[in-house]
Amino acid sequence: METSSACLVLEGVSRHFGGLKAVDNVNLTLQPGERHALIGPNGAGKTTLFNVISGELRADAGTITLNGADVTRLAAHQRAARGIARTFQITKLFPNLTVIENMLVACEALDRRRFTMHRPLSSCADLVERATNLLDEYRLSPFRRELARNLSYGDQRKLEVALSMAGRPRVLLLDEPMAGLSSGERDVMQALLRQLDPSIAVLLIEHDIDVAFGFAERITVLYQGRVLTEGPKEMVSANRSVQESYLGLLVE
Amino acid sequence: MKAVPFVAVILVMLIAGPPFLASYWVGLLTQMLIFALLAMSLDVLLGYTGLPSLGHAGFFGVAAYAVAVLSTTYHAGFWTCVMSGILIGTLLSTLLGLLVSHVRDVYFLMITLASGMVLWGLSYRWIPVTGGDNGISGIPRLDAHAGLPFAGPVAFYYVTLLVFVVSASLLALLVSSPFGFTLRGIRENELRMKSLGFNTWLHCWVSYIIAGAFASVSGVVWAYYNGFVSPTYLDLTASSELFLMVTLGGPGTLVGPVIGAGAIVLLKNVISAYTQRWPLILGTFYIITMFGAPQGLWNLGRRRRASS
Ligand SMILES: Nc1ncnc2c1ncn2[C@@H]1O[C@H](COP(=O)(O)OP(=O)(O)OP(=O)(O)O)[C@@H](O)[C@H]1O
Ligand SMILES: [Mg+2]
Repeated sequence: METSSACLVLEGVSRHFGGLKAVDNVNLTLQPGERHALIGPNGAGKTTLFNVISGELRADAGTITLNGADVTRLAAHQRAARGIARTFQITKLFPNLTVIENMLVACEALDRRRFTMHRPLSSCADLVERATNLLDEYRLSPFRRELARNLSYGDQRKLEVALSMAGRPRVLLLDEPMAGLSSGERDVMQALLRQLDPSIAVLLIEHDIDVAFGFAERITVLYQGRVLTEGPKEMVSANRSVQESYLGLLVE
Repeated sequence: MKAVPFVAVILVMLIAGPPFLASYWVGLLTQMLIFALLAMSLDVLLGYTGLPSLGHAGFFGVAAYAVAVLSTTYHAGFWTCVMSGILIGTLLSTLLGLLVSHVRDVYFLMITLASGMVLWGLSYRWIPVTGGDNGISGIPRLDAHAGLPFAGPVAFYYVTLLVFVVSASLLALLVSSPFGFTLRGIRENELRMKSLGFNTWLHCWVSYIIAGAFASVSGVVWAYYNGFVSPTYLDLTASSELFLMVTLGGPGTLVGPVIGAGAIVLLKNVISAYTQRWPLILGTFYIITMFGAPQGLWNLGRRRRASS
């Protein structure tokens, strides 16, 4: 596989909690524009892997390369500045700020003006415009003056994704954006995910096999911290061990 | 925005009222303004950034002591005293901020508490400089020291009002600025801020420096108002009174701390005339606030208005 053009490369990445190997020697490569799904049963280490990629947790071993640069030792905010964005399995918004304020804060994150003190944020016309456009795109404009905590769960999940897009990321990590949504809301979210900028590499954690296979062209199956299989979805779905150990588990 | 008419009415009263008041009340109003500024500066940390500082009176005290020491022992001029007071307080918050902006929650509370105690201890024990328990008296009167053409409580009041209005305007600009919103973001969800790309400890540090700077300004004004400094202005009671001003009035707003400071200063002065049990009453007020208006009086009023 091409690693020179890749935007994200994990080599031998591990992370353990005490004796538990939550992520164990994981290799993974994302090409620009790739749609990749990460699947695996509860506790497989998917979220932990996201935390290690985004920098919330340090890797105990292995290297993480982002657009050709080694970011293994960088803090989360430095990785964000280099093009990684993520959403959280458990929604992390700014609950007591309005929806538009949530968006504005996200939009100024990678802007020099984040340290500006002599003028109101609302007077930064281009930031306001970008925040407004993102809210339009994610169909949140009607709620722009609502506090984020007063949004319905489905709208909160949309805002969760919209926030992560504010910094124009090159690599986007989505941790179960559809979990807990009604079927109508899931359709909306799926449509939103299909409309994501095609040049961004997206890694999606998703428990629903149909959604995962519908979204991604490549699949990685994680099981007890290890990569069980990785490859094009046709290959993965034909792999017997996946069917037995994971797909079987999930059907229940 | 809903605050605008309220603020305008209060401001008109603050400008027009004092010439018609007895000097006792003018003095009380002056105190209210000084502590309102101090409470607003704490609110930058407590209400906006979500950092509960229990040592904030320290900066106020250090600035006041700087003015006292320089003006009495060294006979320094007015602007030297004012600038040194602000500078020393701010320098202190810069250094302490370097330490405390890396910790959160109960650790932040403990470290700021400890740093406040150290400053208090210093004022109490460093007798050659601070005069220990006796404090320092004989700070020159403002009009004499600054060479003002007018004297008296009303004149002092208007100087204080000017400092207050300028500082409050700067703070209002700060909290609505892009930087100000990063502070609210940190209060609301620091982890999300980091993953968006904010170097959050740096923002907390800057917030701590700014809060210390405005606290120092109020400390300088206080030194001239009171003409006397002593360790009681740095102790834990002072810091917790300050904490209550913000929580009682409404953290995360600028009007709230002003209301809180006004209420506490008024109560303290009125009640002290009748009883020695101020700490007990302070504590009781704390508890009533926690149950009756956990978001503060100003937010209580706002919610009422919003729902009606
Ligand atoms: N901070 C932590 N400290 C200790 N153990 C942890 C921590 N975070 C996760 N774990 C453990 O690591 C394992 C992997 O957890 P993780 O959250 O990564 O799984 P997941 O694949 O995201 O599961 P789910 O599908 O339920 O979200 C679990 O056994 C979990 O209990
Ligand atoms: Mg998970």
